[in-house]
Amino acid sequence: MATSTVDAPAVPARPASSARRRRGGRISGVTGAFWLFVGPFLIGLLVFVYLPIVWSVVLSFNRAQNTVTPSAFIGLQNYIDLLKPGPFLDSLITFTIFAAFIVPVTFALSIGLALLLNRIRFARAFFRSVFFLPTACSYVVASLVWKLSIFNGVRFGLANTVLSWFGVPNVAWLATTSPPLYWIVIVSARLWLQVGFYMILFLAGLQRISPELYEAAEVDGAKRGWQTFRFVTFPQLRATSVAVLLLLLIAAYQAFDEFFNLLGNASFARPPLVYLYYTAQGDQDYGHGSAGAVILALLIMIVTLAQGRIFGFGKAAE
Amino acid sequence: MGPNLPASFNRRRLLAAMGLGAAAVGSAPLLAACGGGSSGVSGDSGGSGGSGSKPTISQWYHQYGEAGTQQAVMRYAKAYPDATVKVQWTPGDYTSKLNSGLLSSSGPDVFESSVNIDQVKSNQVVDMTDVIGDLKSDYTEADLKSCTVDGKIYGVKIVDDMGVLYYRKSLLSKAGIQPPTTIDELISASQELTTSNQKGLFIGNDAGVTPSFGGGSLLGPILWTVGSDYLTADNKVGFTSNEVMQSFEKMRQLFNTKSILLGAPTDWWDPSSFTQGLAAMQWCGLWAMPGIQKALGDDFGVVAWPKFSSTVGKPSTFAGGWTSMVSAKAKDVEAAKAFTKWLWIDNTADQEDFNLSYGFHIPPRKSLAAKATKLQSGPAADALKIFNDYAIASNTAWTAKMNSAYADAATAIVRQGGDVESNLNKAAKVVDSELQRLFG
Repeated sequence: MATSTVDAPAVPARPASSARRRRGGRISGVTGAFWLFVGPFLIGLLVFVYLPIVWSVVLSFNRAQNTVTPSAFIGLQNYIDLLKPGPFLDSLITFTIFAAFIVPVTFALSIGLALLLNRIRFARAFFRSVFFLPTACSYVVASLVWKLSIFNGVRFGLANTVLSWFGVPNVAWLATTSPPLYWIVIVSARLWLQVGFYMILFLAGLQRISPELYEAAEVDGAKRGWQTFRFVTFPQLRATSVAVLLLLLIAAYQAFDEFFNLLGNASFARPPLVYLYYTAQGDQDYGHGSAGAVILALLIMIVTLAQGRIFGFGKAAE
Repeated sequence: MGPNLPASFNRRRLLAAMGLGAAAVGSAPLLAACGGGSSGVSGDSGGSGGSGSKPTISQWYHQYGEAGTQQAVMRYAKAYPDATVKVQWTPGDYTSKLNSGLLSSSGPDVFESSVNIDQVKSNQVVDMTDVIGDLKSDYTEADLKSCTVDGKIYGVKIVDDMGVLYYRKSLLSKAGIQPPTTIDELISASQELTTSNQKGLFIGNDAGVTPSFGGGSLLGPILWTVGSDYLTADNKVGFTSNEVMQSFEKMRQLFNTKSILLGAPTDWWDPSSFTQGLAAMQWCGLWAMPGIQKALGDDFGVVAWPKFSSTVGKPSTFAGGWTSMVSAKAKDVEAAKAFTKWLWIDNTADQEDFNLSYGFHIPPRKSLAAKATKLQSGPAADALKIFNDYAIASNTAWTAKMNSAYADAATAIVRQGGDVESNLNKAAKVVDSELQRLFG
């Protein structure tokens, strides 16, 4: 492009070329193709995502008992009700603690797995697939397997069978609240389902690190192992790490499937979304349900933006 | 390419921003998205579809566990001459699916549920008083109460259900104990019957206090055992008395004995844990009796949920079951009402088949229940007597929100060892404000 404009006078060339582009068939073809490909997705997004969001926001300012047609405007009352000490705040607090635990653990495990897999010399594709496969498994199916076969509370559950070899009596994993053994079930199911996916993200990040950096580090006397990881690998994974952290945090606040299927409406470990689900679908109180959804959405957005500020999400890698 | 770059960058940025926005607020569309799933098994019972001018009625059921029930309801639907009836059989979370179905125009025309004041107040269901008409006297007081709001009847009972405490006769006599008649006897029996591979009592994987997936089986009996109820007769909070608090303490004591079965593959409403020897006693429905008879023969008996003590309270069970109702959004309300009348009022042969050929239920029409030979001998007769003497009717004013708040308190008290009084008072506050909303 640069060479073609060198010979011609610069001033008339640009309007001519841009006018041709605007009116010419090629560009409208590109635009047409753009809308052809993006249009259906955009319409779907508008109808099935944005419209319901707007609808939820409208509902959240109304009393909507057994109806999704807003009729009685009550201002911020739904929000005030939810933000008073009560089950919704309890669930937010529980899940902030949950997030503080599950996010670093998932992060560390997936980066660890990725590092191991990156070093492996044989059967790479096999191991990658094996660790990634659980991602393809439905949360519901996994929850049922965990609940009914691995961690059921009777003698023929896998965990109890293994423990019985050592003379440990049957443990009711999901029903035991002190100590809260149900977390073992939930956390193991969640890790099994999620670690593979984030591991793949880290693997992709690892493979983009140029080998020259490692050579230079070695020349400079960096020891293999921790030092190389600390000063070369980890900084180079910054963009991936920030993205993974963000996704993990959103995923933690949106926890629903495994909690719903494993514990139902148990107040001792009820994620905000499960509470809102029962509020809206169970109690038929769509006003409070929507207000809760808006609060949660705002919370996730604030955390995301704050995280973006702190870690520079979306900025080009330096 | 130069001029194109910023444009495509903008588009990409726009899409990326929208995508990120969607991901971040992904929780919001949840409300609209749930319940739209295709978990239901829909069966067209209307033949090959060329039914011409006949109206189409969509009829929804939850999944009855007993084999043959689904085929039976398909058969009834097919036999109806005046409309094409499509049966939707719904495994899983029926309540949620029904609730969202009732909000849309693609929901059911005729459905089974139980009458609730909020559905009536928001005009989701239609008045069925004229459908029952003169036959009102053929229904029990309890059934009429559970279907009536402000003097109008909003549904036709299709099955009456009740719970009974099943016990293995052989195991009890081996341990030298009698079927429990008080809560203290129940607790000690449960402990004595516990061995390394068998628990004494099964009341649900949630210890009977967390109402999801049909759980929360003891939320009522905890109150009834001391003679209280969720709401008093004049619709005030009924669960903050000293007796109720003592009853909750007993429930916690039972939970802490570690003699109740938890984490079983099936829940309290399924008899498998009892028939497979995981528990020596189980609180379960009358519906399960045919299955239990088949598995255990004569080696079982039934009693009501025990009274609190020899001086306080009385035995109890729930008067549950399902009620056929018509959605106000039905495509043809009159046709839907006519079908309900045909199947659940006039068609006594199908009612008897539905109530007694698969699981055991009590036919709601008294004239039919009196004739039911299957309920006239053995444990089934004992159960029927318990039902007639002690069954507690549900109150249409007890809303789902009240139940959630009360169950949260029960869960905190029984399963987490929370303080009885403060948790119950917290729930009472929610119930009070609900009552305020409903009755002013």
